[in-house]
Amino acid sequence: MTYIAKPRLHHPSLAKNRVGFTRRDYEGKISTLCAGCGHDSISASIIQACWELDIEPHRVAKLSGIGCSSKTPDYFLGNSHGFNTVHGRMPSVLTGAYLANRELIYLGVSGDGDSASIGLGQFAHVMRRGVNMTYLVENNGVYGLTKGQFSATADKGSRSKKGQSNNDAPIDLVTLALVMGATFVARGFSGDKTQLVPLLRAALAHQGAAVIDILSPCITFNNHSGSTKSYDYVREHNEAVNRLDFIPLREEITADYAAGELVAVRQHDGSVVHLRKLHADYDPTDRIRAMSYIQEHAARGEVVTGLLYVDPEAADLHRQLGTVEQPLNTLGAAELCPGSKALEKINAALR
Amino acid sequence: MQKIEAINDFVVKFANINGSGSASANELFARAILRMGVPVSPRNIFPSNIQGLPTWFEVRVTEHGYLGRRGGVDLMVAMNPQSWEQDVREIDPGGYLFYDSSKAVPRSRLRSDIHVLGMPLTEICNDTYSDSRERQLFKNIIYVGALTTLLDIDPQEIEKLFGEQYKGKEKLFDSNLQALNLGREYARQHLKPIALKVERRDRVGDMIFTDGNSAAALGCIYGGATVCAWYPITPSSSVPEAFERYAKKLRTDPVSGEKRYSIVQAEDELASIGMVIGAGWNGARAFTSTSGPGISLMAEFIGLAYFAEIPAVLINVQRGGPSTGMPTRTQQADVLACAYASHGDTKHVLLFPEDPYECFEMSAQALDLAERLQTPVFVMTDLDIGMNQRLCRPFAWDDSREYDRGKVMTREALDAGSDFGRYLDVDGDGIPYRTYPGTHPTKGGYFTRGTTKNAYAVYSEAGADYIYNMQRLRQKFETAKSLVPLPVLTAARYPARFAAILYGSTGPAMQEALDALAEQGIYINALRVRAFPFQNEIADFIAAHSKVFVFEQNFDGQLTTLLINEAHVNPASLIPVLHYDGTPITARFITQEIAERVARLNVRPLREHMVA
Ligand SMILES: Cc1ncc(C[n+]2csc(CCOP(=O)(O)OP(=O)(O)O)c2C)c(N)n1
Ligand code: SF4
Ligand SMILES: [Mg+2]
Repeated sequence: MTYIAKPRLHHPSLAKNRVGFTRRDYEGKISTLCAGCGHDSISASIIQACWELDIEPHRVAKLSGIGCSSKTPDYFLGNSHGFNTVHGRMPSVLTGAYLANRELIYLGVSGDGDSASIGLGQFAHVMRRGVNMTYLVENNGVYGLTKGQFSATADKGSRSKKGQSNNDAPIDLVTLALVMGATFVARGFSGDKTQLVPLLRAALAHQGAAVIDILSPCITFNNHSGSTKSYDYVREHNEAVNRLDFIPLREEITADYAAGELVAVRQHDGSVVHLRKLHADYDPTDRIRAMSYIQEHAARGEVVTGLLYVDPEAADLHRQLGTVEQPLNTLGAAELCPGSKALEKINAALR
Repeated sequence: MQKIEAINDFVVKFANINGSGSASANELFARAILRMGVPVSPRNIFPSNIQGLPTWFEVRVTEHGYLGRRGGVDLMVAMNPQSWEQDVREIDPGGYLFYDSSKAVPRSRLRSDIHVLGMPLTEICNDTYSDSRERQLFKNIIYVGALTTLLDIDPQEIEKLFGEQYKGKEKLFDSNLQALNLGREYARQHLKPIALKVERRDRVGDMIFTDGNSAAALGCIYGGATVCAWYPITPSSSVPEAFERYAKKLRTDPVSGEKRYSIVQAEDELASIGMVIGAGWNGARAFTSTSGPGISLMAEFIGLAYFAEIPAVLINVQRGGPSTGMPTRTQQADVLACAYASHGDTKHVLLFPEDPYECFEMSAQALDLAERLQTPVFVMTDLDIGMNQRLCRPFAWDDSREYDRGKVMTREALDAGSDFGRYLDVDGDGIPYRTYPGTHPTKGGYFTRGTTKNAYAVYSEAGADYIYNMQRLRQKFETAKSLVPLPVLTAARYPARFAAILYGSTGPAMQEALDALAEQGIYINALRVRAFPFQNEIADFIAAHSKVFVFEQNFDGQLTTLLINEAHVNPASLIPVLHYDGTPITARFITQEIAERVARLNVRPLREHMVA
């Protein structure tokens, strides 16, 4: 556990962003996870991404399931509302929250047990519906909170700390998300913030179902040799397909890029994702190709990371439903109650 | 042979084959009587099947306005050879059997104590129509025609109903009318008259005719629900379907065409309740509707909403259990499952509507209660109320009524320095303040969770914090007593030692039974419980009687258990009387049970002063 309180004064970044907040304003309670847990690095990346994006912290709603990973929303964005729901069912709660108020930014935080085991159904369906959210799976291949049982993302043949071998085929959440219609699909690694922060920024700006599967080693139960989710293993097998620069809508594009290997993807809200291609043949707007690419590399034991797919014209659930612009939770009786006159007419039609 | 004679007070039962198009013809029959100013109460008794299995439609014709099921059958319209034996058996002695005589029925399969009216319907149809679908559909209209002659139902009323149904479709209007007249003419020429008659009255008044599920949906519209999440299950599916129908008309922006509501058909009940809870957490009024199996799936989430204190409305259209049970039959068998839904010490608010009027009222009220109490609220209707059309008082709405959004701390209050403790009891009623997500940049944010926490929503496993919270929840449940609808007393004409407690769809049958018992000199006070938690009035009522019959449509006497547990009444004074075969309880059942039990309790009913 990280017992040491972070000293306020010596914090590295007290600079304010455009909306007047310091990075500290995006922090939360002190983490109670194991020191070195990948999940804490992800929280730090979330803080960084939100600060950089100039999001007002309270405009974010954080929802999670149950697990070590699902506890983390308490450890970032302390002024935001959070909801630690039930195991595997965060997607439905997030969907309902999103229906109620389309104006907030929804961040779903889950684990591999939460999303791939007990919650596989809700994971799939929330992608199908195009709920406008950023869905993070903090994937360590085990159930951390219940002390190290295999989860459904554990690779076949990988070994547990106690030496048991996993015989079941793994579920690849990235592939599943692609099949189910997610419109922004990425994979990151908790140990690579340079890659993860821009991915988070782009996902948060994406107006549709964005999912990032983040390999996030469990230092306590799944960081030994024989594990395929350990820091060492992931570092050795990481195949980044691209490097990403995310440029929000209002920012000018200032960076200089060498000609050639750069792809610019303009998202629905006008923001631009600049991708520096690391694999020449990778096209992140081709869903079918993305799926086969991931499979081909997985077969070679490689873990493909980066922005794997983005649909710049993503539609979200509210657009599909045709709901009013104004958040439903702000409508009052004047907008919602048809009144007694209309009721008399209804009565008359029932006689 | 005896002949049942009755004017405006009898039961006609139609035995049909599911999927044969009989439903609309039978409804036409019921509506025509209604239009003659005579109340009717129809009930569908249908199988869990789309086509082929037996289905029944029972029409209670009741000048007195008894809208419950009476029990017994005076006229059976037996159109289904599969269920013939059972249908013929069910007719009261002296009653009537109307059947398709195209194929001769041997005497042995008939009864000598009933009046038999055969009409060669298939033959007539085959002679008149060449298309097989027409033969089938018009057969239904032809028998309705014959019945109008037999029962003196005004054919003008049917003609008017055709006119409304087939507006602008002249051909259909003509062919239906022709079929009707074909039946009328045959009956006039060939069938013996019977002694059941409909006479025009003015007893329907301004009452409306609708089903409980549509009424509940309309209640959700009026009550301000903007999020509906559901998963199909009989008998509740028509709630969200009606919600969509009404919302399209009443909640669509006339200019932009945008919707002021959202409906999601979820992947299962785990998801539907999850969505409702997410929406409730985020400050929208949300509901789901389901039935027993759905409640079981939702249990974990219901506990979360209870403990994290999130408004949610669940309309439970109960059906026969356990498990898949009798999915198309009615019961009140989820009382305990809902009252105590989920693990740990949980308790929930239940409302028990008796008819569509109360489905409307209580669904709207449930949305207020859920937000006032920040907790799940169950509207405990059932298949009998939900899926049958019933006469009831017209819906009413007071335009000055405002939604009770409960204790919500605003940005202004936070800025003014209010002490915000999400689980802090500031008013002594056990109800804390909440904030909606996104309210304030630096104040009022908190982490909602199902784990224990202190009054300021900070994770805590401290015993004192847990105890504070649980006792506050109990206080909140006490507060609920003053907010939920009071029971309704029907007092006997004379002081009574015995009483009945009832709830939900038993209401209408009880009304008729009480009158019938009074006729026999048995006087009973009846209290219709309309909500849980139970108010003191209920315990007082029980204490004031030596024996109280608790009428329930389940096997275990679930409300009785709940009364003993929660109202702390003397168990010895409660006598559960249970009707649980899946059909709606009847007035005759209630009358007989009470009469027998009163006799067994060795009390001689007297007409004057102290009586049973
Ligand atoms: C219905 C239910 N079943 C089981 C549990 C116990 N449980 C808590 S966390 C967890 C697994 C979490 O694994 P994962 O989502 O991978 O999170 P991690 O701890 O690895 O971050 C389980 C099985 C629970 N909370 N609820
Ligand atoms: S058990 Fe594993 S997942 Fe949980 S906090 Fe510790 S390192 Fe992280
Ligand atoms: Mg895990």
